[in-house]
Amino acid sequence: MSEDKKPHTENTGASERIGVYVCHCGTNIAGIVNVGDVSSWAGNNLKDQGVVVSRDYKFMCSSLGQELIQKDIKEQGLTRVVVAACSPHLHEATFRTACKGADLNPYLCELVSIREQVSWVHTDKAAATEKAKAILSGGVARVVHHEPLEPLHVPIHPATLVVGGGIAGIQAALEIADAGFPVYLVEREPTIGGHMAQFDKTFPTLDCSACILTPKMVQAGNHPNITLLTYSEVEKVDGFVGNFVATIRKRARSVNEKDCTGCGVCWEKCPKKVVDDVFEAGVGYRKAVYVPFPQAVPKYPVIDRVNCTYYQKGTCKACEKFCPTNAINFAQEDEILNVQIGNIILATGWQLFDARRIPNYGYGRLANVFTSMEFERLSNAAGPTGGAIVLRDGKTTPKSVAIVHCVGSRDKNYNNYCSAICCMQSLKFAHLVHEKTGADVYNFYIDIRTPAKDYDEFYQRLIEEGTLFVRGKVAEITDAARNPGEEGKLIVQVEDTLLGKQRRIPVDMVILSSGMEPRFDSKETAKIFGISCSASGWYLERHPKLDPVATMTDGIYLAGCVQGPKDIPASVAQGAAAAARILGKIQQKEIALEPVRATVHEEQCSGCRICNTMCPFNAILFHEDRMVSEVNPALCQGCGTCVAACPAGAISGTGFSNEQILSQIDGLLLLTVKNKEAAAA
Amino acid sequence: MTDTPETKPFEPTIIGFTCNWCSYRAADMAGISRMKYAPNVRLLRLMCSGRLDPMFVFKAFAGGADAVLVSGCHPGDCHYINQNYKTLRRFPLMQRVLAQMGIEPARLKLLWASASEGQIFANEVNRFIEEVRALGPLNWNQTGSEVPAEPAHEEVPA
Repeated sequence: MSEDKKPHTENTGASERIGVYVCHCGTNIAGIVNVGDVSSWAGNNLKDQGVVVSRDYKFMCSSLGQELIQKDIKEQGLTRVVVAACSPHLHEATFRTACKGADLNPYLCELVSIREQVSWVHTDKAAATEKAKAILSGGVARVVHHEPLEPLHVPIHPATLVVGGGIAGIQAALEIADAGFPVYLVEREPTIGGHMAQFDKTFPTLDCSACILTPKMVQAGNHPNITLLTYSEVEKVDGFVGNFVATIRKRARSVNEKDCTGCGVCWEKCPKKVVDDVFEAGVGYRKAVYVPFPQAVPKYPVIDRVNCTYYQKGTCKACEKFCPTNAINFAQEDEILNVQIGNIILATGWQLFDARRIPNYGYGRLANVFTSMEFERLSNAAGPTGGAIVLRDGKTTPKSVAIVHCVGSRDKNYNNYCSAICCMQSLKFAHLVHEKTGADVYNFYIDIRTPAKDYDEFYQRLIEEGTLFVRGKVAEITDAARNPGEEGKLIVQVEDTLLGKQRRIPVDMVILSSGMEPRFDSKETAKIFGISCSASGWYLERHPKLDPVATMTDGIYLAGCVQGPKDIPASVAQGAAAAARILGKIQQKEIALEPVRATVHEEQCSGCRICNTMCPFNAILFHEDRMVSEVNPALCQGCGTCVAACPAGAISGTGFSNEQILSQIDGLLLLTVKNKEAAAA
Repeated sequence: MTDTPETKPFEPTIIGFTCNWCSYRAADMAGISRMKYAPNVRLLRLMCSGRLDPMFVFKAFAGGADAVLVSGCHPGDCHYINQNYKTLRRFPLMQRVLAQMGIEPARLKLLWASASEGQIFANEVNRFIEEVRALGPLNWNQTGSEVPAEPAHEEVPA
């Protein structure tokens, strides 16, 4: 394993002048730890390590406390500062800034925690004081080996990559583009719009989803700062915050965008009809050459090569024959684009829970059990039935409809989480069914969750409209009738937990309010971008409360359901928030990074490449010509795993060097060793 | 718990390596929530448990620690994507080397604790201290000549 190259003797003498400051934190620390004792112990016993001044003070973080340190730095010529107070996660920045104010490099200050780790967790005063001394001594031993550091500054490329053209991605792209910076908006499907384009109405206002979405789509499509890359996927991302390079595959549409006018003759003439599993959720058809819906952006169609007669059988070419501008290009090939970007927003969205996974609900087996997305398409005036809510036969209007909440959500057999939108979505369905068909509507719910603005008012409205609510988790949906009244119906078997009895409710149609799930390939996508997923596959934000927009990887942000289930307003807000964060960064023109980084000492590197595979950030590159590895400091995140792994000890970790850690171990054990020696003597 | 003057129990010193993002914050959380645990452990912060050079563990034992705690993020939760898996792999090797040097492998403990798991951190630290107390002071034969019979089954087959 790696070893220290520099001799210890170099720094162990009193070459540094160290100031020690022990904080009382009112009585938070002083109530348990004898701070006066700790401070005088350090002043007397750590002299040989370089401690020249040791003080205790009521509140070190107060401006008076900070001035005390600054005064000592100037008057006593301190070269290192150790503060024994609270957790570095609370006040490290405070004391670093104080040192900087007195012209001492901020990284020459060490904060050791004697509050969270001592006074707040221990009750024995003598033992706590002893431990505080040990921790302080560790800090003093460590700080000797600190080096003056400067934050790393890297320039930021002004362009942004937005992955996913749903409402969150569109919003983010527009915000950035409107501010005057370039955006690449990449979407896997032939059109942007995402799931919102499929919906009929939006809750709780019941305004038409397409009416509010399509103007934004057009705006994104026409914006001079937005490069729209639909039918495209990001295959690879290299680089680091400020300087990413994304490799994007622009799949062949088989249509020349330059020539196409989007007139629609090709899909009129195309003889091949295909079930549309994506946009129409399987309840409608499209042609082999198609745009998913009439307002699609961009307007150019795509030839689905798997279903196109020409690609499969070699004859047809009807679209080519009838195209007035000769835009059809059967020979078109995928294009690979490399784009330079500074920041990335992931807005890759969600997918519907597959209701087939709950066999007792009968979806896929019982014809008149529908998923929520199928219902959206049925109810949509632009959908396959022209907005008529009918059974699977395409003509019968249901007289009674059951809506089942929490399908695949809040269920430990499927997903533990609440999908957040299903209650409101189910209420919306209930209203639409009621309004369009006059049918009796039953909502089967576990709890009604309507926490946002105007949501509960909508629920109250539904109750007034006469929608029936049954509190209980549906056990089974079956067509096995037990009495004549149930013949030809779907029977919903449920325990009504308010009545406290089992009920069988016969209905004509069942809508399963399926929950949201991460995209099937969310984990692979996370790997491409080097971010982490939670166990369920949603992407992890930097902080669940204080930073729900950024990820742990600098320069990569989240928007919309990719982070977790949310509704349209929340997705839009997050898209805008991610854009704002990035705009703030772009306008700074460069970014400051913490200088905790690994460095390879070339002369000691044997070129074994063990470290190369250790790094999950691909920060270590190997120079084939010189047979040595090198760490890219802007890509390195400073975990130090390569430092620990290098068999030659050729890698050092700034801020957490072997010397610093080994000395700190010595310092932490100083008292233990002394006590042992005393006991032996 | 530590104050019994008549029969003063053995008070081990334990060095605990913590990850900046999870277990160090779990210790902070234990503090903020005023959860109590015995004062025998001294924590040292690393950016990641993956930074744990096995040398640090041996150095701690050589320097007078009776036991060493290694803690990091739960597998799958690593702040640096998957570096805690490297620790997971190094851990049995370190235990084996300790056994070969005549140190009970049980003196080295691996603990996964997320930033929110202050209670788990406090409980596990307490439990470990009791385990080490039962083992007694580290009585390391400096020459390393006496290898206990117990880890013989861990020998690598030829």
